[in-house]
Amino acid sequence: MRFKALAAPLFAAALVTLAVPASAQTEIHWWHSMSGQHNDKINEIARGFNASQSEFRLMPVYKGSYPESMTAAIAAFRAGNPPHIVQVFEVGTATMMAAKGAIKPVTQVMQDANEPFNPKAYLPAVTGYYTDSQGNMLSMPFNSSTAIFYINRDAFKKANLDPNSPPKTWKQFTKAAEKLKAAGQSCAYTTGWPSWVHIENFSAWHNLPIGTKENGMAGLDTVFQVNTPLHVQHIATLGYYAKQGWFTYSGRKQEGEDRFISGECAMLTSSSSAIGKIRKGAKFDFSAHFLPYHDDIPGAPQNSIIGGATLWVMAGKKADEYRGVAKFFSYLSRPEVQMDWHTSTGYVPITLAAYEMTQKSGYYDKNPGVDVAIRQLNHKPPTANSKGLRFGGFVQGREVFEEELESVLQGKKNAKAAMDDAVKRGNDILRKFEAANK
Amino acid sequence: MEKRVVFRSAWLPYALLAPQIAVTVVFFFWPAGQAIWYSFQLQDAFGLKTQFVGLDNFKALFADSHYLDSFRITAVFSFLVAFCGIAIALLLAAMADRVVRGALAYRTLLIWPYAVAPAIAGVLWAFLFAPSIGIVTYLLKRNGVDWNWVLQGDQAMLLVVIAATWKQVSYNFLFFLAGLQSIPRSLIEAAAIDGAGPGRRFWTIVFPLLSPTTFFLMVVNIVYAFFDTFGVIDATTQGGPAGATQILVYKAYYDGVKAADLGGSSAQSAILMLIVIALTVVQFRFVERKVQY
Repeated sequence: MRFKALAAPLFAAALVTLAVPASAQTEIHWWHSMSGQHNDKINEIARGFNASQSEFRLMPVYKGSYPESMTAAIAAFRAGNPPHIVQVFEVGTATMMAAKGAIKPVTQVMQDANEPFNPKAYLPAVTGYYTDSQGNMLSMPFNSSTAIFYINRDAFKKANLDPNSPPKTWKQFTKAAEKLKAAGQSCAYTTGWPSWVHIENFSAWHNLPIGTKENGMAGLDTVFQVNTPLHVQHIATLGYYAKQGWFTYSGRKQEGEDRFISGECAMLTSSSSAIGKIRKGAKFDFSAHFLPYHDDIPGAPQNSIIGGATLWVMAGKKADEYRGVAKFFSYLSRPEVQMDWHTSTGYVPITLAAYEMTQKSGYYDKNPGVDVAIRQLNHKPPTANSKGLRFGGFVQGREVFEEELESVLQGKKNAKAAMDDAVKRGNDILRKFEAANK
Repeated sequence: MEKRVVFRSAWLPYALLAPQIAVTVVFFFWPAGQAIWYSFQLQDAFGLKTQFVGLDNFKALFADSHYLDSFRITAVFSFLVAFCGIAIALLLAAMADRVVRGALAYRTLLIWPYAVAPAIAGVLWAFLFAPSIGIVTYLLKRNGVDWNWVLQGDQAMLLVVIAATWKQVSYNFLFFLAGLQSIPRSLIEAAAIDGAGPGRRFWTIVFPLLSPTTFFLMVVNIVYAFFDTFGVIDATTQGGPAGATQILVYKAYYDGVKAADLGGSSAQSAILMLIVIALTVVQFRFVERKVQY
């Protein structure tokens, strides 16, 4: 009896040992937050990389939502065993950057491994976000998107609106919303990611600052500036739309996308990475466009800013393992890998070569709308207000923005009071972050 | 004759208690102590730089109007959950106690929700009440109710109260049912012979006799509403909209785990500890006096 009880686990152990190939491959762990379709794509990329060479074995692991995988990586670092690569969303950038001893800049990873690397090959609208003041790229761009505007063309026709001239300005938008509502559309407009679209991207698109010090990129002693009269005016307009029943609030994440797909809402502002999902799920004709702008603000439209995530390399690993990371990043930057990622997900290609390759392939002609994001990001050369943002503790900061925005839509606060509070509460978070990272 | 067991050895009682004490120290005193220690510190997310900041974390909290508001929200939420949970459970238990046929089936069904994990309970209710696809939303909208808890704070509060209460009713129900069954039938029958109606019998005999159970459940339910409802909130409103369902324990979780602000989160935990200690003292000193054992 005793022998049998022992034999089973031993046998199992022997099986496991046999399953591992004899040649010892160096394992590279990659923690990410891509679920569903995107998760499958990540596994495909890993398989592609593992097949392309035999020295390293890339192992992607889904670690939950963006904040969850970031927290998991931080906890793992504190416990002394972080993954090699972790995918961190853009609002976590300042936190990662400030953690000098916890991360290894991508530029350095590539240099140490003698891997050819040219930061100029990457899209400036993307790299600007993740490059330090000395011009070093700190993390590897991976999935970047921007906020764009979608319309339900069938609903437009039903409301006697021309789907071929969708609203370009918020004035035209107001008329369209009114007509849609009058035609019986229960929800004329909704949005995903409210702060990202209506505060962060709104600011960049109108060349307005979100905060001082180049939106925080030039120093930790930045303060928020989202309570200028123009910001307040835009938020007040949203409050007015909500009151009129033209704007239906759906939540802080991508919930609005589902309401657009179901046909409930006729207009949507959300991430360009929703395009694949909409194409798959929508039973109506839709199209993607630039975000509306206020034509009374001089210089608008400028260019929008990215959202999404990049890959950070954690410190404290062996040189050989870093070589594997560098090899993987080179593989990931290949135009054909990037083009495949771009066309199947709606995230923008991270290299110029991949963008050109997609153009030449005629993909954009066959799939109109997929290039809207990249054209909007490159609409004009980025200014200090539109190259990105880098605020400490912005996971909390964005939440503050969203809370204040919600209080306006509820009709509990006026736009001015809400934005003043957003700045005041946001600055408290910035000061705390500054003190902790001195 | 002396019946008490007396240990003659000086170390044996301590040795026997040691495992229990070790467990308490490792799983309670150590983390609690660490939380208090962290609450006086300012640390970056990765723990690379740590400074002692004295009471700064506490000062920052009390300067934040939203944190103060979260006390009010927690009080409202806990009261509603504890009150509704106990009242509904008592009603159901009183009814189930009178059922003659199929009593076991009713009881089993009423106890089931307790086996559902809080997060699942939250998701279930969130689905029913989902602003665009929920079945209840559909019915409400047809009757002219503008239901959108994603934006309306009161509706969000209602949703989390329903979800949290629904889960707790089963637990309360079990205790009430046991309490009811231990009340001597002769007392109730005597009252009935004296001409007391069912309502009067309940309020003058049954309810006072259940008071130890009610008191116990009140303590347990308030602790439940303070701490264990975190899963329900995380799965539904996540503290929103505009902080309308941001109870203290959820904010402590959010700031500590999601926003990686350990100092602020620890300070909140320390405050929570104080609140619970104070609440328990109040309950045992003042409310318990009214309990008849």
